[in-house]
Amino acid sequence: MKQKFDIIESTCVPLPVENVDTDQIIPARFLKATGRDEKFFGENLFRDWRFHADGTPEPSFVLNDPRYSGCILVAGRNFGSGSSREHAAWAIAGYGFRVVISSFFADIHKNNELNNFVLPVVVSEGFLSELFASISADPKMKVRVDVPSQRVTNLATGRSERFELNSYKKYCLMNALDDIDWLLEQKEAIEDFEKKSRR
Amino acid sequence: MNTLFDKIWDSHVVKSIEDGPQQLYIDRLYCHEVTTPQAFEGLRARGIRCFRPDKIFCMPDHNTPTHDQDKPIADPVSKAQVDTLERNAAEFGLTHYGMMSPDNGIIHVVGPEKGLSLPGMTIVCGDSHTSTHGAMGAVAFGIGTSEVEMVLASQCILQQKPKSMSIRIEGKLGPGVTAKDLALFLMMRISTSGATGYFVEYRGEAVRSLSMEGRLTLCNLSIEMGARGGFIAPDETTFEYIKGREFAPKGADWDAAVEYWKTLRSGDDAVFDREILFDASEVAPMVTYGTNPGMGIPVDGTVPEDAAPHSLAYMGFAPGEKMLGRKVDYVFLGACTNGRIEDFRAFASIVKGRRKAEGVVAWLVPGSWAVRRQIEEEGLDRILEASGFEIRQPGCSACLAMNDDKVPAGKYCVSTGNRNFEGRQGPGARTILASPLTAAAAAVTGVITDPRTML
Repeated sequence: MKQKFDIIESTCVPLPVENVDTDQIIPARFLKATGRDEKFFGENLFRDWRFHADGTPEPSFVLNDPRYSGCILVAGRNFGSGSSREHAAWAIAGYGFRVVISSFFADIHKNNELNNFVLPVVVSEGFLSELFASISADPKMKVRVDVPSQRVTNLATGRSERFELNSYKKYCLMNALDDIDWLLEQKEAIEDFEKKSRR
Repeated sequence: MNTLFDKIWDSHVVKSIEDGPQQLYIDRLYCHEVTTPQAFEGLRARGIRCFRPDKIFCMPDHNTPTHDQDKPIADPVSKAQVDTLERNAAEFGLTHYGMMSPDNGIIHVVGPEKGLSLPGMTIVCGDSHTSTHGAMGAVAFGIGTSEVEMVLASQCILQQKPKSMSIRIEGKLGPGVTAKDLALFLMMRISTSGATGYFVEYRGEAVRSLSMEGRLTLCNLSIEMGARGGFIAPDETTFEYIKGREFAPKGADWDAAVEYWKTLRSGDDAVFDREILFDASEVAPMVTYGTNPGMGIPVDGTVPEDAAPHSLAYMGFAPGEKMLGRKVDYVFLGACTNGRIEDFRAFASIVKGRRKAEGVVAWLVPGSWAVRRQIEEEGLDRILEASGFEIRQPGCSACLAMNDDKVPAGKYCVSTGNRNFEGRQGPGARTILASPLTAAAAAVTGVITDPRTML
């Protein structure tokens, strides 16, 4: 959902698992929807880790642990690998996350998050492991994600890092604009390109 | 610099946004039923039409049943999704190969076999295995649904240009070692994130020697190394494959096209952001033991001592255990990875004169109706049936189990698909990725078997 980004301060939900693939984020059987109801996808986020086959919650999974809440998901290295399904980003957004912090994201999923106004924040391995330790020590600790200045800060330890975000995407996020809005203004340039390259 | 990737990518850039992405022109968009409904819905919400409908081809493949396709799909939710694609294609004026059309099949099998995917093109689809089409010498990659909407609306997407990587494999693959084994070997070596951020060019003698089917398999699995895509520079093997196909250039256009395609190669002075070299003689038939495709070992190897405990618990394996001789419940031949004619020939070569093992359920699913017709023309169906196997109707099938072809919880499936993620073939299903030869060896022995002992 299009929404403006500025400064976000929130508690975090920790998922210290590496190589979380998009089949785990949202299993294939939930991809049959023809609509974009984020609530539906959010309810099934991490479905098979979060619920047993009979629908009862798995108490040890972090989304079922009442100590953790907030709009920032903190995940292990190589988050979002595998399938290109944008449903994974819809599920993350639908659950209520606005930011995902990890030390490494898979390419397609990273774009999908950005296109759905979920901000992937890439931090160093050192920042990430310290952040997991901070959350573990105090689930109520907060992280500040400052989009205008591109800084992420662990407010428990004060450790702060700059994160990458190109100025085009930053402008889009801060003004709730998407790529299609931009592309639709390029009709002439596209037609010129087609003529020039005989496509 | 001066890589083939640079040449193709740069020649498709309409505009570069300062400190931002590039606007990339797309020559071909493929649409399947799962990742497009919301994109068409987006066009309707904005009140716009498709910008270049003649460059877009649609077909259902993920939900399609692999039997009784002439009857309505039993699962109403699957049916609704398949029907939605047909309706959207009609509304927006796009070519659509419906479920019982003789042109239908898995999108990544049909595109190349119809001559829709050609050298030098940019090709996208809302599917990570779009990298398959790189085998034609194209820059092909998977995108999300928002990006599908971008292409529908403008025939362009906004993308950051990936870095370039050369993976060179010199030497020859041994007997019984296939392109699938080569890909699983590469993932074992560089991991499932080893090529993230890169576009891969596969080079070297072992790559050049691959048939088009083998090249399609190798490029298909690029995404499993994390790469955005992977491709092979076009050569005589490519031109031979394309010639005469339905959408291939004809007559004088053909000659002009081949002239151009011959220029599509990395310069001798090409500089890649990363280069890796492997020796093909090191590659053995591979199987996976874990829950991502990088967790593979040679079929006669043992489960690594340092394997992730969570994955081994899911798979029911222990460190140090041998894979040979492990009981197999299901065998799946098919998918955009291994659903082509050569894969069926390979499978048939092992099972010929043998019988399917008692208790093994085997799903043999051609990648397209064209593949199935060729199976029949070559008489492979009679060999397979004589050995107790049945050939099903085309679709993605048990690779991701969106239709009825689901592996029950706890059961082991040797799969020629592309992913062994938890629950990929059904909740609790345990997937062992392998080549068609290794799958065939398991199908007739009922256990994990080295196909080299059965050639």
